[in-house]
Amino acid sequence: MDIHEYQAKEVLSGFGVAVPSGGLAYSPEQAAYRARELGGDRWVVKAQVHAGGRGKAGGVKVCSSDVEINDVCEEMFGAKLVTHQTGPEGKGVYRVYVEAAVSIAREIYLGFVLDRTTQRVMIVASAEGGMEIEDISAEKPDSIVRAVVEPAVGLREFQCRQIAFKLGIEPALIQQMVRTLQGAYRAFTELDATMVEINPLVITEDSRIIALDAKMTFDDNALFRHPQIAELRDKSQEDPRESRAADRGLSYVGLDGNIGCIVNGAGLAMATMDTIKLAGGEPANFLDIGGGATPDRVAKAFRLVLSDKNVQAILVNIFAGINRCDWVAEGVVQALREVEVDVPVIVRLAGTNVEEGQKILAKSGLPIIRARTLNEAAERAVGAWRNDLSQGVTMRAVS
Amino acid sequence: MSILLEKDTPVLVQGITGKMARFHTKDMLEYGTNIVGGVVPGKGGETVEGLPVFDTVEDAIAQTGAEASLVFVPPPSAADSIMEAADAGIKYCVCITDGIPAQDMIRVKRYMYRYPKERRMVLTGPNCAGTISPGKALLGIMPGHIYLKGHVGIVGRSGTLGYEAASQLKERGIGVSTSVGIGGDPINGSSFKDILERFENDDDTHVIALIGEIGGPQEAEAAEYIRDHVSKPVVAYVAGLTAPKGRTMGHAGAIISAFGESASEKVEILSAAGVTVAENPAVIGETIAKVMEAA
Repeated sequence: MDIHEYQAKEVLSGFGVAVPSGGLAYSPEQAAYRARELGGDRWVVKAQVHAGGRGKAGGVKVCSSDVEINDVCEEMFGAKLVTHQTGPEGKGVYRVYVEAAVSIAREIYLGFVLDRTTQRVMIVASAEGGMEIEDISAEKPDSIVRAVVEPAVGLREFQCRQIAFKLGIEPALIQQMVRTLQGAYRAFTELDATMVEINPLVITEDSRIIALDAKMTFDDNALFRHPQIAELRDKSQEDPRESRAADRGLSYVGLDGNIGCIVNGAGLAMATMDTIKLAGGEPANFLDIGGGATPDRVAKAFRLVLSDKNVQAILVNIFAGINRCDWVAEGVVQALREVEVDVPVIVRLAGTNVEEGQKILAKSGLPIIRARTLNEAAERAVGAWRNDLSQGVTMRAVS
Repeated sequence: MSILLEKDTPVLVQGITGKMARFHTKDMLEYGTNIVGGVVPGKGGETVEGLPVFDTVEDAIAQTGAEASLVFVPPPSAADSIMEAADAGIKYCVCITDGIPAQDMIRVKRYMYRYPKERRMVLTGPNCAGTISPGKALLGIMPGHIYLKGHVGIVGRSGTLGYEAASQLKERGIGVSTSVGIGGDPINGSSFKDILERFENDDDTHVIALIGEIGGPQEAEAAEYIRDHVSKPVVAYVAGLTAPKGRTMGHAGAIISAFGESASEKVEILSAAGVTVAENPAVIGETIAKVMEAA
């Protein structure tokens, strides 16, 4: 789960990481008021969206008057911010964060990640702050400093000093840097983050080390023990279909194609999408309905896939092991009677009692296109979709 | 011989009183797995499917001589149960549980390494379907009858995709020596490389099938190991050709976040290491059959 910059700063600040003073606003008036509260004569107005690259996309503006803040906010609020991380549809701006501007002497990149090679927490830092880490690794790979944390003892001070000296931080500021690194590490481990990125971490002209931007991602599997973090979820930043699926215990990812997929198991779901692509089609979604393909789950899956208006055919691929095919077939038939499906449905069942399953599908009288192998299913799905197109039925009736 | 699991390996089921655990305990007993008991704190003295339940793994081992365990414990306490097994002297543990926090798994791995290698537990999973040595024993949730006994060693992340591969082999009359699920989580007990090493040293395994997916460095690590150390033919399939970058595809670990983690990059790395890659999941069985004929 991702959170907003202002939330990440509040969290990190609770662990001793210094952040600029700022205030949250839900309207242009509030933003101007926040600036007055903060004092000073220069402020930064930052659109709060769950994506990086806001600066280049016009989501971060420096202002020096009420009027300027108002004008900037009028443009930001309600608009979709499109950055290189949001996709072309962008993300809606409903909150802005107003901060007192700081004078920057140096910018540093600081990241904490779960490193899958060492299977431990890794710190990644670079003296080239302000650039995206991908660009730093491409253009200035030698500037990157890494340290792996031994989980039994946590991040040691000597490691922090090592990082600080490698980044060329002056001796008088080393203690501040140690505090920042250890604070961010404690936030990472104590709150079950999977990523903390402070970019840039700045050294100000008056020699303070401050997190000027902050991003945190949390482990969905650990949210049960951090209700205060779970509460920070902002559904306005999620794809509505994906949030709806998640709320129903289904794992769904929306894509750009038009062949909907309903599959049990994540690996098989990806493999099904791949087969559609190889057959000349484009998958509309990833959807794993989990091990037990109960009628209820299958019905929910059909509704979810059909809520994507681009879907022009649906491929159901279920490998029934312990849940036999006959039982799964009955579930599919029941779901198709419950949910009004107005696109071709291709069903491929495999595993235990496959013959009985096929018979149930055939006898149902429903217009189900049956397939025996994964290839056959993908070819028939692509064929059904093409056929649909050739008949000029490109738009589905909206039920 | 097979890897990790033999016909007589005495097995404990941790969390045996849960609904899913009861169901699969019955299924495994029917398959012929030598299950000797279960562990649920506070339920010592009860029985499930005629098997004794113990309060601790330590007790269970003392009473039954169990050597392997299967963890069905819910996510909040699953990591603790794995550590309990490691501490009590279980040699091989399979964790089925999906949804264990990643940092709990970091601690589990660190904890396992506190023991010297000769008494260190081997863990596969979490978030996997388990391990089966067809005709001998089944330690997991897979449907046993889709696996024929034979000489293909299967190692994969995904459950149902592994079933797909096994049933494609069965259709061709090709059998499996052992099939091991390493699970879909970012931090896992055993990597592809760990299992490949066992297959390479197993006389019963003649061909190895590796079923990978997007995300993480373990397929690339496996490729390097295969190139330098594996003499047996390896066939691979990598799922997620159409998966977009930066999105989690069902498995917590199935996310492309760095260079070399996409399906096409992994295919390239594996091919360069001499692995025969099935481009399409529907031809995994066919590809293995061809490689076996050529071998």
